[in-house]
Amino acid sequence: MNNKTAYPKAWLFVLPVVALVAFNALIPLMTVVNYSVQETFGNNVFFFEGVKWFEEVLNSERFHASLLRQLAFTGIILAIEIPLGVAIALTMPARGIWASVCLVLMALPLLIPWNVVGAMWNIFALPEIGLLGQMINGMGIDYNFTQQPMAAWFTTILMDVWHWTSLVVLLAYAGLRSIPDAYYQAAKIDGASGWAVFRYIQLPKMKRVLTIAVLLRFMDSFMIYTEPFVLTGGGPGNATTFLSIDLVKIALGQFDLGPAAAMSLIYFLIVLLLSWVFYTLMMRDEEQ
Amino acid sequence: MTLEFRNVVKRVGAEVHIHETNVAFASEGFNILLGTTLAGKTSLMQLMAGLERPTSGEIWFNGRDVTGVSVQKRNVSMVHQQFINYPNFSVFDNIASPLRVAREPRAEIKRRVGQVAEMMRLSAMLDRKPNELSGGQQQRTALARALVKDSDLILLDEPLANLDYKLREELRDELPLLFKDRGCTVIYATTEPTEALLLGGHTATMHEGRITQFGPTAEIYRRPAGLRTARVFSDPPINTAGVTKKGTRFIFNNRVGWDAQGARAELPDGNYTLGIRPHHVTLDHTGPDTVELEGTVLVTELSGSESVVHFEIDGQTWISQSHGIHPFKIGAAARFHMDIEKSKLFDRDDKLVAA
Repeated sequence: MNNKTAYPKAWLFVLPVVALVAFNALIPLMTVVNYSVQETFGNNVFFFEGVKWFEEVLNSERFHASLLRQLAFTGIILAIEIPLGVAIALTMPARGIWASVCLVLMALPLLIPWNVVGAMWNIFALPEIGLLGQMINGMGIDYNFTQQPMAAWFTTILMDVWHWTSLVVLLAYAGLRSIPDAYYQAAKIDGASGWAVFRYIQLPKMKRVLTIAVLLRFMDSFMIYTEPFVLTGGGPGNATTFLSIDLVKIALGQFDLGPAAAMSLIYFLIVLLLSWVFYTLMMRDEEQ
Repeated sequence: MTLEFRNVVKRVGAEVHIHETNVAFASEGFNILLGTTLAGKTSLMQLMAGLERPTSGEIWFNGRDVTGVSVQKRNVSMVHQQFINYPNFSVFDNIASPLRVAREPRAEIKRRVGQVAEMMRLSAMLDRKPNELSGGQQQRTALARALVKDSDLILLDEPLANLDYKLREELRDELPLLFKDRGCTVIYATTEPTEALLLGGHTATMHEGRITQFGPTAEIYRRPAGLRTARVFSDPPINTAGVTKKGTRFIFNNRVGWDAQGARAELPDGNYTLGIRPHHVTLDHTGPDTVELEGTVLVTELSGSESVVHFEIDGQTWISQSHGIHPFKIGAAARFHMDIEKSKLFDRDDKLVAA
């Protein structure tokens, strides 16, 4: 039955996709690869440098510090947003008008452009005029996110939780709603406790959507740029200079194209690697 | 073990899910709830289980009023249409779960799970997870979970509906044996009249939140008390036609007539509804008292050894079910023979007057 016929014209049909992927991903990526192995002093003159920039980036303390900040930030927001999102989804009504009201309210933060979120929180948290800043200072706590690293971190994390927990809520909510009522009845007949229902029915049934939520939140938060850029500009000092902010500083601020390109590639590989690790860990049981 | 409903009504908001119901279910064999989707079978089962409370009325079990007793204290098992198992438990842990909640000793759990697994032919797959099982095995696991504890009441809510044909037949044959001599009341909900007949026992026919009739299955099939019950308990749907009795003759459509036989001759003159199941309206002569009908063929469904012909007489649709393959062209004229002795007569209030 293996009578494949050669049909050269078929390539024509694939061409649009090939072109799209090429212009979209391959060519820009190759440009970056190109920069990452060369040195230039302007005038379009390039010298081949091999892996020099990669060595430099990997050995730079500045990169280590940014990476560490990035990992800490992502770790903290995942640890807050995933459980919080699941908890909120569990308390939301299953049906009726309030279900719709809750869903719309939840979706609102997701509809606001990222730089607007940054600007909003910047003003909201300013100690002199912002509602949040005034409130915290009013409670007798010295708070100024433009000057204190701790306050800057607190504000950035709070902003991200406000902006993105909704995504986890919506995904978890969809997962919960896909569980047939019969499961809850069966558990009730078995005499299972509320915790057992969560642990042995709801959580396993939500596993797939939660995996997606963790992956999305991981990748997005690991590449976060706009919001902290608008909120703190990476400061005070370097306190909130995450990887992409640092990258932009090197590439556009200092115009060190070689090191910036090398850093981009390393950055990309880290995201890819960690996403793969997350996915493999969470899907381990399913594969067996 | 007796389960009794006394004046039970279930309302949800402005909707009545169960109209006033009085019934005492049989303690032996299957009690079948037969009715279409939304007839109230599941609502009734949830009342039996204690998952829902009746709006008014009482539910008695073994001479005890259990109306307000919670599910956990009722000692019931339930199997649903969907295959409900704990997704990340092995088959063993799934079957053991009701025993673990009841804090049975380990050795006892092992013994009883092993015994039920043997009975349900699951012994070889006790270590597997539900998503590694076929649909039939998943439902067997759910059944095993219901069987492993000594429930007084077992509720089976269309347990075979999601299985493919072959598995359904296989499990249907096993079910009555599994529940034999357990000393528990078994309630079985189904939408299929054939399934009710195959399982035997008692049947309650349901329509729009009411039990229209309850009694031994064969009895209800043969003598449905009303047209409603006859409709619920017939697949393909029962044919109905208005007939007039004048003297000793019945007249249908002003054209077709036949002599009233036996007790039917005693009925007063007037209008009646004739109900006759499709397999008594055939293409060939069967009984001695057949009445010929002429109709226009609408659709013919041919299955293996049977022909189901939908035809029309003066704008009314009839269904005939005959042995053998009889292909007809749409619009063709055909003759059908109605075995009038097997028909049922209902009065103007749709009550049975002759079967």
